[in-house]
Amino acid sequence: MSALDLSRWQFGITTVYHFIFVPLTIGLAFVLAIMQTLEYKTKKPVYGEMVKFFGRLFAVNFAIGLVTGIVQEFQFGMNWSSYSIFVGNIFGAPLAIEGLLAFFLESTFLGTWLFGKHKVSVRVHLFSAWMVSVGTILSALFILAANSFMQHPVGYAIDPKTHQAVMTNFLALLTNSTLITTFFHTVLAAFSTGAGLVLGVAAYQILRYRKKEMFVGAARIGIVVLFVSMLFNAFVGHIQGQIMEKQQPMKMAAAEALYNTSSGASFSLLTIGNLSGDPIFQIRLPHLLSVLSDNSWNGTVQGINQVQAAEVAKYGAGSYVPPIWVEYWTFRIMVGLGGVILLWGLVGLYFMRQGSLDRKRWYLRISPYLIAAPIIANLTGWIFTEVGRQPWIVYGLLKTSNANSHLSALSVGITLVGFTAVYSILAVVDGILMFKFGSADPDSLGSHGEKEPEDSPTAHSDLIY
Amino acid sequence: MKISPLQFVWFSLVVVLWSGYFFLEGFDFGVGMLLRWIGRNDIERRAVINTIGPTWDGNEVWLLVAGGATFAAFPRWYATVFSSFYLALFLILVALIFRGVAFEYRSKLVNPTWRKRWDMAIFIGSLLPAVLWGVAFGDFIHGIPIDSQGNFTGNFFSLLSPYSVFVGLTMAAIFLIHGALFLEMKLDGELRERASYLARCFSPVVTVLVVAFIVWTYVTANHGGGSNIVPGIMPILIVALVIAAQILITDRHYGWAFATTGATIIAITVNMFLDLYPRVLVSSTSNAYSLTITGTASAHYTLVVMTIVAAIFTPLVLLYQGWSYRIFRARIRLTPPESLQPQQEIK
Repeated sequence: MSALDLSRWQFGITTVYHFIFVPLTIGLAFVLAIMQTLEYKTKKPVYGEMVKFFGRLFAVNFAIGLVTGIVQEFQFGMNWSSYSIFVGNIFGAPLAIEGLLAFFLESTFLGTWLFGKHKVSVRVHLFSAWMVSVGTILSALFILAANSFMQHPVGYAIDPKTHQAVMTNFLALLTNSTLITTFFHTVLAAFSTGAGLVLGVAAYQILRYRKKEMFVGAARIGIVVLFVSMLFNAFVGHIQGQIMEKQQPMKMAAAEALYNTSSGASFSLLTIGNLSGDPIFQIRLPHLLSVLSDNSWNGTVQGINQVQAAEVAKYGAGSYVPPIWVEYWTFRIMVGLGGVILLWGLVGLYFMRQGSLDRKRWYLRISPYLIAAPIIANLTGWIFTEVGRQPWIVYGLLKTSNANSHLSALSVGITLVGFTAVYSILAVVDGILMFKFGSADPDSLGSHGEKEPEDSPTAHSDLIY
Repeated sequence: MKISPLQFVWFSLVVVLWSGYFFLEGFDFGVGMLLRWIGRNDIERRAVINTIGPTWDGNEVWLLVAGGATFAAFPRWYATVFSSFYLALFLILVALIFRGVAFEYRSKLVNPTWRKRWDMAIFIGSLLPAVLWGVAFGDFIHGIPIDSQGNFTGNFFSLLSPYSVFVGLTMAAIFLIHGALFLEMKLDGELRERASYLARCFSPVVTVLVVAFIVWTYVTANHGGGSNIVPGIMPILIVALVIAAQILITDRHYGWAFATTGATIIAITVNMFLDLYPRVLVSSTSNAYSLTITGTASAHYTLVVMTIVAAIFTPLVLLYQGWSYRIFRARIRLTPPESLQPQQEIK
């Protein structure tokens, strides 16, 4: 493999890995802030217990999101220096602002939130919880502002002397239509990811008859957040699809494996065989694709062949088609799981109204497995949008194949293997801790982790780390 | 080309960010390196980690912002440095990853093997980046093989010149004593004694290293011939600071000594950038290929936007980061005094 291919694999692996933890962090921070607000308002200790229980899971998860985030920022310069030089004028700004506005906020207030409970007032402690949540959301906003420029460049000009993209309008960057829809889509998806974890873990605990009031309460919060965020997200996703059809018609065509422009296009639900235009078996829903991308029954949806011809005319010879099977299947998995999650929230809401949530054992038994659903939907969604932009790294301006650093394949190979190994170890460790703290009897856990044995000198100290 | 005022502001801000990072993470690194000597059993080690527990990740954000600011204000500098120091940065990243996770995870399980492994990760994860950042800064001044396109033409070993390795060791040594003094201020009882004893034993070594470093840097920076400001006052100031730190440690004014080692770290960082000015990275291939402020800076508009954002938010960040240090200002004790012991929780 060439250094370019290895760099692409490395970026894919490190980014997808980071994106397992980030939505969980954003979502859990938000749900925890809600729980702590309920504790403050109602003065019921049960909410305090919830914050403590799910706070442990949050802390475990936050650590990995944080340390893998440093790699994210460094690898643009390390592996993609030509890209960094080309877009640095524009892309660097939101990254620096993300650090200044978001990272300082979340890391500082996480410190006071996790370890300052007996050192600050109740209100300052609650404020810290919300600042952590705001920090994680601001972080999403600025990193997506940078990403949206790659998807749909706005507010820039190309300097004729240096051939760099230079910023001409910062506000345009922040009001990019791609950014606004992507931001809501990502953050709402993150909320449902955090809520899904809370619901799944609470369901597991209810089945084991532990702290019924606390875990039924947590499951209810999880269901409400899950349902509301997914409901809004379905609408946001719909708007996003329409913007995508205008800005990146190839991505939409690839998502549908639609080879030729058609009006009143049907939506293919499932394909068996190949995606080259003549499948063995396919389920299609008539007119749905046109409705989705154009809000009209007989709207026109562009096909891969026509977009390819148009892009060749615009940008010169070459293939502008991303890997269609990746696009087709990631899109279906994302949308399909979104539907499952929404339905699951709706059913949960119904049981809540009935007051029978803790007796629906089948619902509680399945919920822990569905923790994976939003996580997989996030990852497939992210892969869909990034792979679908190929061959471009900045749409219409710079191709990925011209963006990498001048490195030897050996160097990139070493770091690729190295990061993959490190990340695998961390995944195992994180998995062990998450499972342990999620499934253990809350009475068997100490304030921040496993309970210290009675005879150990740490059992009665106030040491936290 | 003349350096514009905003380019100068951003060059200065990058210097401030690196100085702040080395000052803050400097004592974190020192604490990490000393963990296994000052903490001799599990509870003592926990006490040592608790001195930086709630604040270490805020300190590390200084690095992220330094990286981000360089990316935004000097894209070519960012791109060249990060791709040239490729494997060194990889090692730093892996070290920082394990160290960060170790702080958060080590006390989560009771298993002694688990804790021992994470303690090792904290030690290596603190020592390695401390040395490697020093090596990198040594290379900035000493120069690395860069061609006319700003592409690195050497390999990992061309980064290890005797000078840069020496800078790496010096930086690690200063961080070590900075961390020992920090622990003296944050711990109590026997642990505090151990920290101050280590600081006293180690400070002559640091003084000798820093003086040698200053002389070698003066020679190296002049050798390149590019820089016309090797500021006479800075090397003298640094030597004065490190001798002052030595005296303060001997006289057991540890708080002032900590401030002085901190000032030494900042002065050394500022001095390195001043040796570079108006360049940002020296090419050992040809002086003409060295990167400069004007050659790497972003366009005016970007710098204006960034200046406005920084002017509004930097004071705010300093305010709440300072506030969080105030909250956690108390010394860490192995067992809290009776009156402060948390109430037995009601089941």
